[in-house]
Amino acid sequence: MHSFGYRANALLTFSLTALAFICAIASFSDNFSNQNPSAEIQIVNINRFKKQSYGNDEVSLTLDITADLQSLFTWNTKQVFAFVAAEYETPKNSLNQVSLWDAIIPDKEHAKFRVQTSNKYRFIDQGHNLRGKEFNLTLHWHVMPKTGKMFADKIVMPGYSLPDAYK
Amino acid sequence: MDWQGQKVVEQLMQILLVISGVVAVVAGYATESFRTTMLIYAGGVVLATMITVPNWPFYNRHPLKWLDPSEVEKHPKPQAVLAVGSKKKFSKK
Repeated sequence: MHSFGYRANALLTFSLTALAFICAIASFSDNFSNQNPSAEIQIVNINRFKKQSYGNDEVSLTLDITADLQSLFTWNTKQVFAFVAAEYETPKNSLNQVSLWDAIIPDKEHAKFRVQTSNKYRFIDQGHNLRGKEFNLTLHWHVMPKTGKMFADKIVMPGYSLPDAYK
Repeated sequence: MDWQGQKVVEQLMQILLVISGVVAVVAGYATESFRTTMLIYAGGVVLATMITVPNWPFYNRHPLKWLDPSEVEKHPKPQAVLAVGSKKKFSKK
């Protein structure tokens, strides 16, 4: 500590170590936040349901998504990525997941929302298994923190089904 | 900067940074703003830099007291006393 350079170096080292501790504490504090997100999705309409010329089933539908993800936001949250996936079982695969819609939620004010939208990404089955198919709609989310560990969770909403015939 | 100053400056630096870090985390968590945390901590680092990095006069209050050269002549080294030849020289003076 006898010279300007030594003192500047010691201060830089110690301050950055303390900064790392602050970031670790911030990430750790996320474990104690109360999270009670809710979501509800209704299928307003099946717009189109057909077999593509090369054999795969494709559905176009309109979704009404209501969600409250405000409780996911803490002081250490940068943004939340949310997406809705259709999940169903086929003889070949026990779990098929097709992403239908997604959004990046930048802050808490936008975390309580209701959107009515047709599927943003095409709902195509690799095969022709969709007629009369029971499926779940699952709202997945990934919480992206400002510093530290990333969290992911989901709400599964079962009990949706597709019509028995193409239209 | 004297020895006492170096000791004080090191303790002062660590205390200032730890306090500003604790205050930053508590304030940021209370206001749910990570930005507040970073701003308070950055302020603390700047303050600590201003206080501890320059060689302020405050750190030079305990200068080492070197003996006056004339004192050395009055109290010669023990070896000089033990050696016979040098004792003679000394007594001649």
